[in-house]
Amino acid sequence: MIIDIPSTTAGGVGKRLVELREKHGAVALGRVLTLVIVVDEADAEDAIESANKASHEHPCRIIAIIRGTSRGSARLDAQIRVGGDAGASEVVVLRTFGPLTGHQESIVVPLLLPDNPVVVWWPAEAPEAPSEDPIGSLAQRRITDVAACKRPIAALHDRVEGYRPGDTDLTWTRLTLWRALLAAALDQPPYESVSAARVVGGPDNASADLLAGWLAKCLDVPVTRTKASGVDGLLSVRLDRESGPITIERPDDENAVLTVPGRAERRVSLPRRTAAECLAEELRRLDPDEIYGEVIREGLKRQHETGKTTRTKAKVRR
Amino acid sequence: MSVQNPLRDKRDKRLPRIAGPCGVVIFGVTGDLARKKLMPAVYDLANRGLLPPGFSLVGFARRDWATQDFGKIVHDAVKEHARTPFRESTWRQLAQGFRFVPGDFSDDEAFDRLAETVHDLDRQQGTGGNFAFYLSIPPSFFDVVCKQLARSGLATPENEDQWRRVIIEKPFGHDLASARELNATVESIFPPDSIFRIDHYLGKETVQNIMALRFANQLFEPIWNAHYVDHVQITMAEDIGIGGRAGYYDGIGAARDVIQNHLLQLLALVAMEEPVSFDAADLRAEKEKVLSAVRLPLDLDAYTSRGQYAAGWAGGVPVKAFLEEDGIPPASTTETYAAVRLDIDTRRWAGVPFYLRTGKRLGRRVTEVAIVFKRAPHLPFESTATEELGENALVIRVQPDEGVTIRFGSKVPGTAMEVRDVTMDFGYGYAFTEESPEAYERLILDVLLGDPPLFPRHEEVELSWKILDPIEEHWTASGSKPEQYLPGGWGPEAADAMLARDGRGWRRP
Repeated sequence: MIIDIPSTTAGGVGKRLVELREKHGAVALGRVLTLVIVVDEADAEDAIESANKASHEHPCRIIAIIRGTSRGSARLDAQIRVGGDAGASEVVVLRTFGPLTGHQESIVVPLLLPDNPVVVWWPAEAPEAPSEDPIGSLAQRRITDVAACKRPIAALHDRVEGYRPGDTDLTWTRLTLWRALLAAALDQPPYESVSAARVVGGPDNASADLLAGWLAKCLDVPVTRTKASGVDGLLSVRLDRESGPITIERPDDENAVLTVPGRAERRVSLPRRTAAECLAEELRRLDPDEIYGEVIREGLKRQHETGKTTRTKAKVRR
Repeated sequence: MSVQNPLRDKRDKRLPRIAGPCGVVIFGVTGDLARKKLMPAVYDLANRGLLPPGFSLVGFARRDWATQDFGKIVHDAVKEHARTPFRESTWRQLAQGFRFVPGDFSDDEAFDRLAETVHDLDRQQGTGGNFAFYLSIPPSFFDVVCKQLARSGLATPENEDQWRRVIIEKPFGHDLASARELNATVESIFPPDSIFRIDHYLGKETVQNIMALRFANQLFEPIWNAHYVDHVQITMAEDIGIGGRAGYYDGIGAARDVIQNHLLQLLALVAMEEPVSFDAADLRAEKEKVLSAVRLPLDLDAYTSRGQYAAGWAGGVPVKAFLEEDGIPPASTTETYAAVRLDIDTRRWAGVPFYLRTGKRLGRRVTEVAIVFKRAPHLPFESTATEELGENALVIRVQPDEGVTIRFGSKVPGTAMEVRDVTMDFGYGYAFTEESPEAYERLILDVLLGDPPLFPRHEEVELSWKILDPIEEHWTASGSKPEQYLPGGWGPEAADAMLARDGRGWRRP
């Protein structure tokens, strides 16, 4: 069910939500968090759809706040979606116009669920310091996605400069399965230490930068970050050890090959995960991700200082 | 593992644990459990990226199949029953590790071929000699299969870096003696730490949540004792009959099938003291303690009840009586409904009866634990104001509609003071469950990781038989027949009389 409420206020929207709850009962039961999406019109529907999917794991109230033109008079157009149109969530879409575009937090505050955690997600461009943003400061978790920004590497730089506990970025989320595979490989004998590492990925691939930073931080060895032109994803990781290197290669965005000395090559499905899957993983933890914080603050720097950055042309094996 | 893995950090909570290289061999791949639960669970794990690279799945059955035919069976099972969406790339990758070995359990050659297949997988898929054997077969075959595994050298690891594990499903025997015998069979081949007994209830999120509810909150523990709790009801009801399981069910019955394992495990989790940690050993210690403190009623006639479903209508469909089901002898005394009162001799639970019941063809499919509290010692209202006030209750809904309900009194709006029962509800979310992992996913993953807390040990199995055996013996010795009850209701009248005798009544779940 979709209900349009043109030219309204946060109070008007809130009243309508309570009415809906009374009339249809279940609508607002069992919500565990409020997810605020700050987005442009162009990316709005995709983002809401991803959030709806993630809401199957984390029932939530989704507030999508879309900034319209800042000219003209102040106006708020709202839309409430519940039931089949909203996954396991209730979605409130708020379009702001005129001077109101500069005071969006004033309509978010009254619509937050009492007591429950607040998460803000910027699916594309994000403020330089998310925690200092008026809406970002309402939240305990702030999710950005530098890969969706126009200039990912510059955006990553902003994330480093503006980092506060509670920030995370979906480029980090996308690494989880890679990191799990690497950690699992080191769980196995022989328990030798790693002497050097190398991460190969597209030149603008911030995930590859973060992975290199993570390895540099955890292993305390030089990590080479190789920028392969002609690709955008993460291509391979290699950990050098005395008995030979452990490598994970993903030539085709879907399947990865794990090679360990003295063992048969082992294959595993490692597809790129959708925004909805990544968001669902993000919402599983509402406390600050300390490891991400250390990678952002120390790991990247350490990788630059102790390792090197090289360039190559990608060999794409299909 | 003695060496600290530099890539692991306790604070890195999002990093899942992936098992080392390994494979699973399933005996009884053609069975319902394998098709509906195990194979879909394996796929779902792969789809979530939790299976190790090169993971292999070997089927063993008396079928004239090639590996492709086996792949087709798994494919259909996954398409129909998997929880996560079907992803072609995941499937193709997973299917590379499939093998099928045709043969009979008595056939030495077939097991030699299985051993060869396992070694081939080590070479081709890099499984590293780590295998779990899932015995999804009737317990009468455990002996022969375990011996075959030992004979073909599959039961023991070839070096200390390898592991071999065996997974067995309930029933773990049909009484104490047979449970010991079964255990002796398996333990003669596999060490106790390598035996994983699956009680899939323990893999359910809602069951694990009992521990979170009790031990992570300040709100409930202070009232979780005889001072405040009047009694506890543990119910597992099924709306279906015995279906095609006559061969298994006749002679076993509801008490052995459900009370001995699921309901006593639920009782243990609800009643146990706080474990010092959630390590397997500490958790088991508490469960064993509380199970060993369970006392049976002196008058077993009055405080147990059994029944058989009669013919009638259930859920709008005409259904046969238990005694008319195919394969059930007309004189069978196997019960399809069982209820017992148990007491726990501890300070916490002195005088608090635990009523356990289970049955087939009951009103609806539901499993729940209801903690029913005492009435307030004094009600400062007019007596007419609280006529409709029942007892406060906390209900843990295990399945379906997973969640927790709290029942308490509230003023009815209006000028007069009138108090009536209302409920406060925590649902795991109406759609949340669709995304939360199936019990078998968790359990299979734990076997591969060698993580034992969710698996009952033999001691627990023995203790629960010690509770049930005297009841079964009493029923057999009494020579009476189970009472007939109408399908689609809540069991025999004697079960209601059993609670009425204590001045209580069953909740309608």
